[in-house]
Amino acid sequence: MDPKTYKFDTLSLHAGYQPSKNAGSRQVPIYQTTSYMFDDVDHAAALFNLERGGHIYSRMSNPTVQVLEERVCALEGGTAALATASGMSAIFLTIMTLCNAGDHMVVSSQLYGGTVNLFRLTLPKFGIKTTFVKPRDTEGFKKAIQPNTKGIFGELVGNPGNELMNMPEVSNIAKEAGIPLIIDSTYQTPYLCRPFEHGADLVVHSLTKWMSGNGSSMAGILVEGGTFDWMQNDKFPSMTEPYEGYHGLSFAEEFGPTAFTMMARAEGMRDMGPCLAPQNAWNILHGIETLSLRMEKHCSNALKMVEYLSNHESVAWVSHASAPGHPDKELAEKILPKGTGSMIAFGIKGGKEAGAAFINNVKLASHLANVGDARTLVIHPASATHSQMDEATLKFAGLSHDMIRLSVGLEDFEDIVNDFEDGFRAAKKPRLVANK
Amino acid sequence: MKFKVRGIDTFASTGGRPFDKNKPLIVFVHGSGLSHMVWVLQTRYFAFRGYSVLAVDLPGHGLSSGESLKTIEEMGNWVGDAIEAVGCKQASLVGHSQGCLVTMECVAQHSEKIKTLTLMGGASAIPMNPELLSLAEESNPKAVDLMMDFAHGPAGHFGGHPVPGLYHLNVGSMIVQNKEIKDTLGVDFRACDNYKNGPEIAKKLDLPTLSILGAQDRMCRLKDGKILADYIKGSEVHVIENCGHMMLLEEADQTLEILKKFILENDPIK
Repeated sequence: MDPKTYKFDTLSLHAGYQPSKNAGSRQVPIYQTTSYMFDDVDHAAALFNLERGGHIYSRMSNPTVQVLEERVCALEGGTAALATASGMSAIFLTIMTLCNAGDHMVVSSQLYGGTVNLFRLTLPKFGIKTTFVKPRDTEGFKKAIQPNTKGIFGELVGNPGNELMNMPEVSNIAKEAGIPLIIDSTYQTPYLCRPFEHGADLVVHSLTKWMSGNGSSMAGILVEGGTFDWMQNDKFPSMTEPYEGYHGLSFAEEFGPTAFTMMARAEGMRDMGPCLAPQNAWNILHGIETLSLRMEKHCSNALKMVEYLSNHESVAWVSHASAPGHPDKELAEKILPKGTGSMIAFGIKGGKEAGAAFINNVKLASHLANVGDARTLVIHPASATHSQMDEATLKFAGLSHDMIRLSVGLEDFEDIVNDFEDGFRAAKKPRLVANK
Repeated sequence: MKFKVRGIDTFASTGGRPFDKNKPLIVFVHGSGLSHMVWVLQTRYFAFRGYSVLAVDLPGHGLSSGESLKTIEEMGNWVGDAIEAVGCKQASLVGHSQGCLVTMECVAQHSEKIKTLTLMGGASAIPMNPELLSLAEESNPKAVDLMMDFAHGPAGHFGGHPVPGLYHLNVGSMIVQNKEIKDTLGVDFRACDNYKNGPEIAKKLDLPTLSILGAQDRMCRLKDGKILADYIKGSEVHVIENCGHMMLLEEADQTLEILKKFILENDPIK
């Protein structure tokens, strides 16, 4: 006897939506509205006071966005989710729900540049400080925990250097300390990894990337695993003590495995308002319908690309967890058995100048500040996504000036290779000139 | 709030309002392996409309201490004691699934304390599938997966929760897995399987009673719910279409509306 609950591909197409409740519409309708009619005064009061479910105002929730939230939640194996205007707003909302002024976070140093700046520069304005730890330094996460630490945050596969954080071991450290582990799983999508199965408590995504795949819309999401016991210690008073904003409600007592998301919505969306537009939610939903198919091709193209680059005379080094000799290969095989994703970092011989020539001369690969598009993307992080970092921070984050960040797309592999050959040819020219 | 029943620390949600023993009391009793958290879309409404609410965690469940009680009879008696422990003389009872058996037992043992009875997804007997029972007693997580599968109707499997962002199959699963499965779900399933007094007690019930049934309930089938309702003199019956066993989550709004009307009519605020 086995449960007949729907599996991953089916959930990608159906979770969170019932046509019978939407005029029989097979496709999810776009509810392009700001607000929702109340039945009467009592109904309005009940909605505002979290006594019953429903929609009030699209800053807090929207029926189209709701389908996206449930769908991602189902795919991740979570209890609740909250979609936001971007991945960055999902992270900000998560930290602002978790922390108060005077609190501290332990954070992996290898992150998207915007996330580094959030923790390094912006959150201190709100009295929230951060200790950065290199992703492979598992013991370092433990040592960095202070009495006022409220969580550990990291990308499973760090951007852009592709170093892995040992999620199961770091999760044990977080559990011992009574704090949640928050994983940015944008690079993996739930197709490649479901962090809750490896000890994460909260997951955030930039849905703008592989989940969407179409490069049309910004979106982010916070997903709760329902695993963290907010009442195990006195570290999270805003979750456990009566909250004045809802007549003394204790979110942890009332909502248990969905408490964090309920609070993030009730307080965070109410007060900060980084809501997702329904049109964008709809665009992302379209992408998710083909997530499995796309991720398979992303990963197979990436494997071929790793082999191609590893054997190329113009390439100094290649970083991808599938690459022979990658320090995290064994861990990746354990946590990411379906594939290690389509982000590759490589060093081009000739350094920064050669890197610029390469990027200026590829035509099929797009030079832009995004990853996870269906199209192949390239960028030189030191001069773009991570350009606001000083030399020391760049080094600590594992970046070098010869690094090219490559997001492998779904094009025919031979076409990507032909394009890269043009780029590599152009990259050699400055050095030839210099040698004269 | 925390209080003591028979000297054991007990937790009950009060729906977000301070408990007041002078207001009419509604006690909500959860199903097998679950906790007060399944009632959040019913309790808060009444708590903010002049009632005192206790969504109890049975011993060993949720945030309550102690060990799970082994028989439905003991659980029914315990609910009666819980009402007394908070200083109240009477209460309306609302039970879901196993909670229906427990609340019927409570009426049988403490009839003077109970004003009305609401049975959600109930039946006069809840015999367990032997394989499911074994899995639960072995703490096999597959028991929880099977329970969530059976407990939700076809529509419920797709989601579409009334509270935006919640995926209720996983919510239920996490509530059960909050405790050692064999110590809560395993004990509860065995208690349900052993319980045989349902028909006899139901025939003797003499108080305003409401049955809310899911048309596509696979845990306590609609026909079994109707048989139970037929046993109870004057029982009011509502069937929610396109809904499984977890009507309190799957169709929380309809469930609340039906319950609201019944409570306001039969246990009004004076």
